[in-house]
Amino acid sequence: MNRYTVAVLVRNQFGVLNRVTSMFRRRQFNISALTVSETETSELSRITVVFEGEENNKQQLVNQLYKLPDVCSIKELDPDNSVSCELLLIKMKNDPATREEIRAAADAFGAVTVDYAKDYLMFRLSDVTRRIDDFINLMRDYTILEICRTGSVSLEKGGTTIRQVINL
Amino acid sequence: MLLSGADILVETLLEQGCDTVFGYPGGQILNVYDSLYNYQDKIHHILTAHEQGAAHAADGYARTTGKVGVVISTSGPGATNLVTGIATAYLDSIPMIAICGNVPTTQIGTDSFQELDITGVTLPITKHNYFVGSVDELADTVREAFVLAKSGRPGPVLIDIPKDVQIAKCEYTPEPPVTADEPYAAKEVRIQEAAELINAAKRPFVYFGGGVIAANAQEEMLSLAEKIDAPIGCSLMGLSGVPTDHPRFLGMQGMHGHYASSMAMHNADLIVSLGVRFNDRVTGNRSKFATEAKIVHIDVDGSELSKTVHAVCGLRGDVKRTLAALLPMIEEVRRPEWNEKITALRGEEEEYTDRRDGLTPRNAILTLNRYLGENTAVATDVGQHQMWSAQNLVFRNPRRFVTSGGLGTMGFGFGAAIGAAFGTGERSVLVTGDGSFGMCLNELATAVSYHVPVVILILNNGVLGMVRQWQTLFFDKHYSNTVLDRQTDFPAFARSFGADGEAVSTVEELDAALTRAFEASGPYIIDCAIDKDEFVLPMLPPGGSMDNIIVKVGD
Repeated sequence: MNRYTVAVLVRNQFGVLNRVTSMFRRRQFNISALTVSETETSELSRITVVFEGEENNKQQLVNQLYKLPDVCSIKELDPDNSVSCELLLIKMKNDPATREEIRAAADAFGAVTVDYAKDYLMFRLSDVTRRIDDFINLMRDYTILEICRTGSVSLEKGGTTIRQVINL
Repeated sequence: MLLSGADILVETLLEQGCDTVFGYPGGQILNVYDSLYNYQDKIHHILTAHEQGAAHAADGYARTTGKVGVVISTSGPGATNLVTGIATAYLDSIPMIAICGNVPTTQIGTDSFQELDITGVTLPITKHNYFVGSVDELADTVREAFVLAKSGRPGPVLIDIPKDVQIAKCEYTPEPPVTADEPYAAKEVRIQEAAELINAAKRPFVYFGGGVIAANAQEEMLSLAEKIDAPIGCSLMGLSGVPTDHPRFLGMQGMHGHYASSMAMHNADLIVSLGVRFNDRVTGNRSKFATEAKIVHIDVDGSELSKTVHAVCGLRGDVKRTLAALLPMIEEVRRPEWNEKITALRGEEEEYTDRRDGLTPRNAILTLNRYLGENTAVATDVGQHQMWSAQNLVFRNPRRFVTSGGLGTMGFGFGAAIGAAFGTGERSVLVTGDGSFGMCLNELATAVSYHVPVVILILNNGVLGMVRQWQTLFFDKHYSNTVLDRQTDFPAFARSFGADGEAVSTVEELDAALTRAFEASGPYIIDCAIDKDEFVLPMLPPGGSMDNIIVKVGD
């Protein structure tokens, strides 16, 4: 199984996310992360889909996306030629016995302490998905209270943009 | 000019050249029906007995004319009754616009009376759908819907219009009718690849589907087959795409396809697939499907390429344009050896052909054939009668076989036959079974009201024949809920609705009844008794391959 990141530019219209996810659901695509937000123009939104599967599944996913009238352009992002980033917020139990170990690990990963109280610690980490996975795995040795992560956002390197992709 | 939303809707429909719509009124679409009243000299509204019948009628109209079929319903149950019709059109790529009323925008989301999220419901069965939130968007939404419905791979589009949007007024400026997006040929590099593969083939087979009819690419396809000296077969949706008696045509292939057609495809070393899907009913067991064949696949919908079977060369593009670009690169060859094989396969098929006397299903369809004009559209429902029709009907012109191929909708036929009669302006035929007819017979009321000349041939075996066939073959003859044993007197039913009809039990009686039916001014039912244990053959068992084909009972 391979991991693919696909960026999709869509018309910023009511219900568009629903159209995209409904297609994923009915065709049973295995989506591991999905983010959506407005872009440099209010008319367009950008969806980043991280998908696991074989090459032909990925091609089918792209082809099916292409058929949605709200989809303007699609770009598969090559991990070697793009920058990806994900955001994590993690809340840990603040136990004097483990506090220093947790903080040392957070420091090593570059996670920022965003809140601190007697009973809990909260860190923010923005990094690639794998580094975030690693950090969470490390934290499993202690008591994780809550986790919230965003899913990956990605931009291709270089001066061209997804809006210049016209054909598939 | 300042017009209400309802008037703008009708004006934009007229703008698109739409003069016939099918539908059923109700509370939240009343304003549109008031406009239809005012515009009745310009736009003809056909009131059906049920919204589902209206949706199938719009579909049958679209299939026979190539135009966009339009259906109108109210909110809630009116809209849900369209769902099967919309899904049927979606699976067969039929251009259709479904227009629904809805509760006023101020009430949306409050579960008001007959409120329903129909855009949510139809999301997976439309090419696209619209909720019109403001009257200012209405005209352009309708225009965009028409473009979408007929562009590329056609399909249904739904427009949901809340009541207050129908009432609100805005400035309307007429525009010329929209045109479909310009069709384009596949990439040249792919066409080059395809040409090389085709020129290198020894046993090519041309396999086509509804996409060839939609793209009007018959001529180019026949030129290709002629140039490479190849036989032609088709999917269920391709039927009527080439004249049945064309010397290269082997008929439909697949689960109940013609033996020679299926075998030729199985033995080919190259399948040139045109506007067709490789559905499970076509391939059977995919790992054993045409194992020696390379597949060159041209389709306007790129997602069909290598979706179920691998295409060594997939060409995304309009079939007609792509073939036109491909043809000059194709070398003209004769293939005596391959054609000898085809002739031998035809001979084998002859041996398997059912030649029994009496009122067999095949004889019923052959008798019907003699009454069909060049332009007569034949609609079917779904089941054994549909396959017997597909196997034995003779077509001379495209768009004359109206059948639910993808969704397999029982109850599709009568509405579709009515729509086909309006579309062609001629008498249409419905071949149905007693099971299927039971699902749509209410539309006899419509046919009578509008004096629609429809010949209804019911192949009546008193059972749900196709399911029964499977029960016989694969379920130890456990005839669970497939014996109808109903006491319906179809000719009496016809008379009670103001139509006419008769029951027949011999070929001679059927012949005489057809003479009367084809002279009747309105609908005419022929209740044709056939044996309940008739099989549709040949049959490729589900998930089987050509090695398991059943050609005779007892195989």
